Amino acid sequence: MSEEKKNCPITAKHIKVALVGQPNVGKSMLINSVSNSHLHVGNFSGVTVDKTEVLFDYKDYHFTVVDLPGTYAFTDYTIEERVTHDYLCAEEYDIIINVIDSTNIEKNLQLTSELLTMSKKIVIALNMSDEAEKEGIKIDVEYMSELLGVSCVKVSAVTKEGIEELIDTVILRHEDTKCKPKLVFSEAVEEEIATIVTYLSRHKYQAANTYRNIAINLLKNNKKTYEKLHDNPIWTELQPILIEASKHIELHHDSDDIKESFAEEYAAFNRGIVAEVVKQKQQIHKKTLTENIDSVLIHKYFGIPIFLFFMWMLFQLTFEIGAIPMDYIDAFFSWFGDTIGATIANDDIRSLIVDGIIAGVGAVVLFVPNIIILFIGIALLESTGYMSRVAFLLDGFFHKFGLHGQSFIPLVTGFGCSIPAYMSARILKNDRDRLLTLFIIGFMSCGARLPVYVLFAGAFFSAQMAGNILFIIYISGAILGLIAAKILKLTAFKGVDEPFVMEMPKYRLPSVKLIWHTVITRTMMYLKKAGTYIAAASMIVWFLSNYPHNEEIEKKYDTQITKVTDIKVKTKLQNKLAEELLGVSYLGQIGKFSEPIFAPLGFDWKMSVALQTGLAAKEVVVSTLGVLYSLGNNVSTNNNSLVNAISKNISFASAVAFIVVIMIYLPCLAASIVFTREAGHIKYFFYLFFFTSIIAYIMAFIAYHIVLIFVSV
Amino acid sequence: MIIILKKKYKEYEIMKTLLDCEKGCIAQILKLNAKDDLKQRLISFGIMKGSIIEVLEYAPRKSTIEVKIGSMRIALRAQEALLIEVAIV
Repeated sequence: MSEEKKNCPITAKHIKVALVGQPNVGKSMLINSVSNSHLHVGNFSGVTVDKTEVLFDYKDYHFTVVDLPGTYAFTDYTIEERVTHDYLCAEEYDIIINVIDSTNIEKNLQLTSELLTMSKKIVIALNMSDEAEKEGIKIDVEYMSELLGVSCVKVSAVTKEGIEELIDTVILRHEDTKCKPKLVFSEAVEEEIATIVTYLSRHKYQAANTYRNIAINLLKNNKKTYEKLHDNPIWTELQPILIEASKHIELHHDSDDIKESFAEEYAAFNRGIVAEVVKQKQQIHKKTLTENIDSVLIHKYFGIPIFLFFMWMLFQLTFEIGAIPMDYIDAFFSWFGDTIGATIANDDIRSLIVDGIIAGVGAVVLFVPNIIILFIGIALLESTGYMSRVAFLLDGFFHKFGLHGQSFIPLVTGFGCSIPAYMSARILKNDRDRLLTLFIIGFMSCGARLPVYVLFAGAFFSAQMAGNILFIIYISGAILGLIAAKILKLTAFKGVDEPFVMEMPKYRLPSVKLIWHTVITRTMMYLKKAGTYIAAASMIVWFLSNYPHNEEIEKKYDTQITKVTDIKVKTKLQNKLAEELLGVSYLGQIGKFSEPIFAPLGFDWKMSVALQTGLAAKEVVVSTLGVLYSLGNNVSTNNNSLVNAISKNISFASAVAFIVVIMIYLPCLAASIVFTREAGHIKYFFYLFFFTSIIAYIMAFIAYHIVLIFVSV
Repeated sequence: MIIILKKKYKEYEIMKTLLDCEKGCIAQILKLNAKDDLKQRLISFGIMKGSIIEVLEYAPRKSTIEVKIGSMRIALRAQEALLIEVAIV
C-alpha cells in the first residue's frame, strides 16, 4: 500500500463501512434505504465488476458505505468474489456490516463465520425480517449477539424497520475498542489452535491480527498468512507443528482435504447457532410460491417456449415503444444543428460542429429510448430471479457450443445494441467464458446494421421477399456466432469446462426504486461513454472525408453551379462535386489504396470506403454509399434512387459479399471501445479485430464465388 | 475369482451419484469427488459431506439438474452432479 493511502484522513467522525453478504440477500436494497435519499452514488468500475460507494450523514457522523459484490464464501474464485476478497483484505475501512437473509440463516452464516476470523469490527444485519416473520421464523437476536460476540440487528430494507437501530449500532460498535467475536471449533481443532497460539506467543511474534486468527488461517492453508510467516525465522520450527496439526484434523474428519474439514467445522458451528437462536414453527410441507412458479417456468417442454415468448415481447416493446420518441429526438437534433449552425460564420467550423459532432452524437442519443426499455427489461429479468431459470434451461444447448448458460443474456441483448451487450457480459463469473461471449456478441446483428440490410434487400429482392431475407440474415449471423464460439473454444479459449453451479434464488417482486436506479446509472454510462467516443469518431470521419480541400474541383463546379438555374441540374452538379471531392479526400485515397484488398470480394473503391467508415458506426455505411453514388448527403433507407443506384452499380454477388462483411466485422467504434474496456486489455481488441475481419473476409469470399457460380449457371 | 468380481459389482451398484437420483428423491451426500476449486465452490453452496439434498427438476435431456439444500435451490450441470456421491435416504 502506498504512503499516500495510509495517510488518508479517516477522522473520528468519519465511518467507512464495508457492506458484505451473500448474493440475493438484499444488500443493494438495504443501502438504498439506509442512505434514504442517496446524496451521491458513484460507480467505481474496477476491471470488470463495480463496487458502489454511497455517502450520507447521520447524527454527527459522516458515513461512507461501500457496497461490495455478493459472495458465497470468502474465496477468490470468481471476479466478484475477488473484488470483495481483495477489498476486505487490503483496503482501509472501519467496520463491516454483514447482511444476512433471515429466512436462510444457516447458509448465510457460512460467510459470516469466515468473516469472524478477520479481526475486524462487525455488525450483522438480519435483513428481510418481515419475510421471516411471515414464514414463522423467530430469531432470538440478543442471544445470537451473545453467542457470536457480534451485535446483530433485525432490519427490513422493504419496510425500513430497524434501519436507524442498525446505524446506531454501527456507531456504538465503532466507538467500542474491544471486539471479540467468538467462533468455537471442535475439540481437535481447538487443541491445535491452542498449540500454535502458545508457540506464537512464546516467540512474541509481531502481528496486527490476533494469534488465534493467525493460527486458524494457518490451519486453513491461507496463502497470505503463509507468505507472511514464511520469511520469518520461526517458520522452520512452526512448519512441523503445522504438518502434525493438519494430520490430526484430517484424521478427525476422515478426509484428506483440510479445507473441506474446515468447511465442516464452520457448518457444525453454524448449525449449533441456528439450533440455539432460531425457532421455526413446524410447517406442514406445502408447495411454496416459488415452487409453483418454477413448475411452470422451468417445465421440461413449456419452459423454453415461454422464455422465447418473453424475449419476443421484450424486443417488440423495445422497438415498438422505443420508435415513438425517436422521431422527436431526430427532429430535435436537426433543429439544434440548424440553430447552432446559423450562428457560426466559418464554413469549416460549422460543418465540423453540425455535420460532424451534432449529427454523430445525435445518432447515439437516438437509441437511448430503445436502450432504456431494454435495460428495464433486463433489470426486471434479473431482479425477479427469472434469469437464473433461463440459464438453467439453456445451459445444455449452449454448452454444446462451448458457451455458458448465462451467456444468453448478453447475446440476446446484442440484437439490440452491442454496447449494453458487452456490459451485460459481466454477469459471467469466469474470465474465459466472459471473453468468449464478448468475442461472439458482434455476430448478433445489432439494430444499427438494419438500415444496411434493408437497403440491400430492397435493391435486390421484391418487397415480399425482403422480410424473409432480413430474417435469414439475422439467423445466419446467430448460427455463425455459435460456430465461431465452438471454434474459439477448441482453439483460443481451450481449457477445462467451467463448472455450472448456480443458485436459483427465490422469486421476488422487483422494487421499482432499485430498477429505476440501475437503469438510470447504466443509461447515463451509455450516454457518457458512447457519446464522447462517437463525438470523437464523427470528428475524425468528418475530417477524413472533407480534407484535403481541392480548390480546383470546387472552383470548376462552383462556376458551373452558379450558371445553371434548373434546381434538378443544380443538385446533380452539387452531388457530382461531393463525389469528386470525396474521391480526392483522405477517405477516398484510403478507399482507392485498399481497393486491391477488397477486389477478390467484388468490391469497388466506393464499397471499400463504405465498409471502412462503417468501422465508426454502421449508420454511416448508408450515408457514405449515398454520398459516393452521388445522391447527396441526406439519403435515407427508403430513398428509391439509392436503391436504384445500388442495383445498377453493384452486382448481386458483390452485394451478398458486402452483406456478409457487414454481418460479421466490428460493430462500431463505440462498441469496440466498450469491448476493450470490458475485456480488460487492448490486446483483446486486436484479437477481435483480426478474428472478425478474417472470418468476414473468408465468408464473403466464399459467398461471392458461390453466388457467381449460381448466377453464371 | 467370481466372488471378488461379484463383490466389486455390488460395490459399484451401491455407489450412486446425484445424477442417478430420480426427480423428487432425497439423498445424503457421502463424498465430493471434485477438484479443489470446484469443491470449494460446492462447499460454499452448502453441498458438502453429510448434507441432505433433494432433486427438484431436470432440464431436457438431463443436461442440467436443480437440487435443494436447506432452503436453497441450486442448478448444477450433469458433469458436476456426477462428482457427488450420495446414498438415498
